[in-house]
Amino acid sequence: MGLTNSSTGIKAVDSGLVIKKTSPDDKVIALAGNPNVGKSTVFNSLTGLNQHTGNWPGKTVTSAQGYCHYRDTTYVLVDIPGTYSLFAHSAEEEVARDFICFGEPDAVIVVCDATCLERNLNLVLQTLEITRNVVVCVNLMDEAKKKNISIDLDAISQKLGVPVTGTVARNKKSLERLMQSVDKLLSKKEDESPYRVSYPKPIEDAIALIEPVIKEKTQKIDSRWLSLKLLDCDDSLIAALNGYLGYDILADEDIKEKLAIAKQVLKDNGITDEALRDRIVSSLILAAESICSDTVHYDKKSYNARDRKIDRILTSKWTGFPVMIVLLLFVFWLTITGANYPSSLLSDSFFWLEDRITDFFHYIGAPDWLHGMLVLGVYRVLAWVVSVMLPPMAIFFPLFTLLEDLGYLPRVAFNLDKYFKKCSACGKQALTMCMGFGCNAAGVTGCRIIDSPRERLIAVITNNFVPCNGRFPTLIAIISMFFAGAAAGPFESVMSATLLTAVIMFGIIMTFAVSKILSLTILKGVPSSFTLELPPYRKPQIGKVIVRSIFDRTLFVLGRAAAVAAPAGLVIWIMANVTVNGSTLLAHCSGFLDPFARLLGLDGVILMAFILGLPANEIVFPIIIMAYMSTGSLVELESLWDLKQLLVDNGWTWITAVSTMLFSLMHWPCSTTCITIKKETQSLKWTLVSVIVPTLAGILICFLFANIARLLSIAFRV
Amino acid sequence: MNGISTLKDLKQGQKAKVKSLLSTGSMRRRLQDIGLIEGTEVECLQKSPAGDPVAFLIRGAVIALRSEDSSKVLVS
Repeated sequence: MGLTNSSTGIKAVDSGLVIKKTSPDDKVIALAGNPNVGKSTVFNSLTGLNQHTGNWPGKTVTSAQGYCHYRDTTYVLVDIPGTYSLFAHSAEEEVARDFICFGEPDAVIVVCDATCLERNLNLVLQTLEITRNVVVCVNLMDEAKKKNISIDLDAISQKLGVPVTGTVARNKKSLERLMQSVDKLLSKKEDESPYRVSYPKPIEDAIALIEPVIKEKTQKIDSRWLSLKLLDCDDSLIAALNGYLGYDILADEDIKEKLAIAKQVLKDNGITDEALRDRIVSSLILAAESICSDTVHYDKKSYNARDRKIDRILTSKWTGFPVMIVLLLFVFWLTITGANYPSSLLSDSFFWLEDRITDFFHYIGAPDWLHGMLVLGVYRVLAWVVSVMLPPMAIFFPLFTLLEDLGYLPRVAFNLDKYFKKCSACGKQALTMCMGFGCNAAGVTGCRIIDSPRERLIAVITNNFVPCNGRFPTLIAIISMFFAGAAAGPFESVMSATLLTAVIMFGIIMTFAVSKILSLTILKGVPSSFTLELPPYRKPQIGKVIVRSIFDRTLFVLGRAAAVAAPAGLVIWIMANVTVNGSTLLAHCSGFLDPFARLLGLDGVILMAFILGLPANEIVFPIIIMAYMSTGSLVELESLWDLKQLLVDNGWTWITAVSTMLFSLMHWPCSTTCITIKKETQSLKWTLVSVIVPTLAGILICFLFANIARLLSIAFRV
Repeated sequence: MNGISTLKDLKQGQKAKVKSLLSTGSMRRRLQDIGLIEGTEVECLQKSPAGDPVAFLIRGAVIALRSEDSSKVLVS
């Protein structure tokens, strides 16, 4: 499948996570927990970092680390991916498991959801089997209170034998109590032993048989836990264990012998491998149930009635899809409308500044070529990228983060799953597509939440069909110039939003089609089973959402685009001004590409811009404009209409406009995404497939569209 | 409800207790992870717009399951 063990197993931790202690006395604390319990929020509040948070399971796909000072100790906090249990099924869960089991953290904070504590305790109990240094953090106490759930934390702490602290991640004081517990736990000498899950007698007998020999051979790992795992034959865990120990534990003769006897004991009691796992899991769940039975009280039975009501609107048969489309439309409409004014303001200021800079260059008597390279090249492309990209991003990202925080995205996956199933793909692909709206590289990394390697590859390969933020401005600009202009006034932006939604719908349809084709051809297989959690709706912290999305996402993405735009501006200026054999390099290149590009409804310049835009899609449109301007007479672009005039002067028709949009939607992923795909799949082959598939789709669709459209327009003229 | 049926047969708002899991391998473990074992009470909350998957209330959490999977959970 291309997903080798080294990419998904312990090596992923090795390569992705090197614990950076500031001094040898630093304590390493792992932050574990079920998916979507507010782990990242706790992490951010403790470390002051900005790990991205959102209300859907599986958002933390890589481990992040940060520092937290409490009293005189520095703690290195490691935010590991959410997991329901330590019986790992997916790549991200293995990362979590391996860190708790073999990462040798000084303590583990297990973050639990107070509204769903019983199920969360399962992970707590499993963690307690590995290490006694556990602090249970019962998060979202405020949500629980709202739902009339009362929890007796002291009683639970007494039962578990480890500290249990209630937190509200937004409340600093409650987090201080958490760190106090950690501090106390680590300074305490071993005395009381924590709660241990007891298993049915035959299993306990089997453990008793092998535990002594295990204890003798491996000091670093809890012997009871290891005995249980060896009986359980968890292959992926044993592989990770052997990597950790540096030798094959099952090769040891003594262990092998005892293990055989212990397995015989189980067999004699009618416990097969599958039955063993069942009984282990049941024991854990029943233990959690009994701990909660007299410590957690639901005052009202219908405590989640509000969520059910919202769900009935957002995911019901009649309203589910309309609401989804209207929301998408609304987000785009707000983005387009809101971005218009600041965009033109920014661009006016930038061009005013350009004139001043030009004056300055003349004043100091700088040579023309220097002015050309730096101002007409570097500065101008940079100015374009910032003024075209910044406003829509600064509006789109917060809106999107808001939806994310509310908990709407898993509902999208729920609504669309049936269609993904029809394409033999996974409904969680909808979540990775949503991430792709922000950045395709993020979307590709997000594919780790998909368990089946086959379905994960489909999601990786098709992620590029969702236009990322770098491509929105291009689409919006073309739509505004060529299609929405006819509608007057406020309708213009409604029209633009509708058309943009249509383009994105087309991208989604292509995703389904290509997923289907892939699962019928190179990625054959049947849809695997899946479980999707629909988390409770949460009220987003609007202020935080805005700050976070602007600083974490907007400025980050903009910075990356600008870093690429500056050198690209230089290259394009040089290409437009260096003359070989009577015409510029630019003319040579675009001339070379032109015949092929014409077949796709584009022209040589557009195709070249897409090729030069490989490092970042944001710069495609600026390159097109630069290239046209360097050959034409027009120098000043006062408004979008001047820009349209420029494009029309260079032979653009509505067919060119649509073809450019289609090609923007479907072509090779940007270089960052390519590198991410290579990293995620650990395979050059699948990276190439991920480049070829969208490119081929783009070429095919553009070719068909352009030629049919041309024929039709000729036919109608006649 | 009397007799044995599967999770898939539950109508919206109906509750049932899990009898046994027929699924094997990783799906079986997945279901166990979310707390679905013999005796667990499950409530059918609602269908998705296309009729599948269906959301169930399992131990306080809302979990969506596809019909292929829910048909392998025997309930009574």
